[in-house]
Amino acid sequence: MKPMLSCREVTRLVSEGLDRRLGFGERVALRMHFAICRSCTNFNRQMRLLRDATRRLADAQALGKP
Amino acid sequence: MSPPDDFRRQIDQQRAYLLRFARLQLRDRDAAEDAVQETLLAALGAEASYAGRSELRTWLTGILKHKIVDAIRRAGREPQVSLDDADEGAALEELFDHSGHWGAPVAAWRDPDASLEQAQFFEVLEACLAGLPAKTARAFMMREHLGLETEEICKELGITPTNCWVMLYRARMALRLCLEARWFGAQETPRR
Repeated sequence: MKPMLSCREVTRLVSEGLDRRLGFGERVALRMHFAICRSCTNFNRQMRLLRDATRRLADAQALGKP
Repeated sequence: MSPPDDFRRQIDQQRAYLLRFARLQLRDRDAAEDAVQETLLAALGAEASYAGRSELRTWLTGILKHKIVDAIRRAGREPQVSLDDADEGAALEELFDHSGHWGAPVAAWRDPDASLEQAQFFEVLEACLAGLPAKTARAFMMREHLGLETEEICKELGITPTNCWVMLYRARMALRLCLEARWFGAQETPRR
């Protein structure tokens, strides 16, 4: 069993989770950490927003239709 | 008979948009111009296959993405300078204390959905993207803007998957700080 993740490790895993499928153990470890850490929970939401925002920028919806 | 001039004019109207799109991903102004030029030429030659199937801008952007990937591939063969690597890593380390905990608590971004409705927010995001080191930005754009999988990005940039994840991680951390400083942090004072 892995020891508790540090916040620094959590940020790495959250980012990797946007680029590859995390393993079961990794997902469990993240959930356990989020349950007790408000900062990392907020960070996770911010990363999701960043992805949404960048995709929208790519879709050009934010730039207005011609 | 469809007047070819009309199609050419419609395509030309998209030029400024395409150039912005290309510049975001290819730091090099000339390379961006070239990619857009190639796209417009390809589009003119392919009017028949367009036939109004989708929105013109979407169709052109689709062609442009291929041209951008070609340009990145060409640039990838040239040796890359990576002066920015050390600086970036150091700035990241400062966010955490020696035990890996946040140095300062991370506050929730207020009302993010409202931000996504504001054109101004996207201007800030674009400025933040433009501020990333070139190599980092390229990896991030390939992932999030062009929607490529990590394996493809690794191949194009000639790096290992682990390196690729680290680069994307750095990009996201830097963008987060930038958005916080230039948008969400400024929300402390009511902005409407």
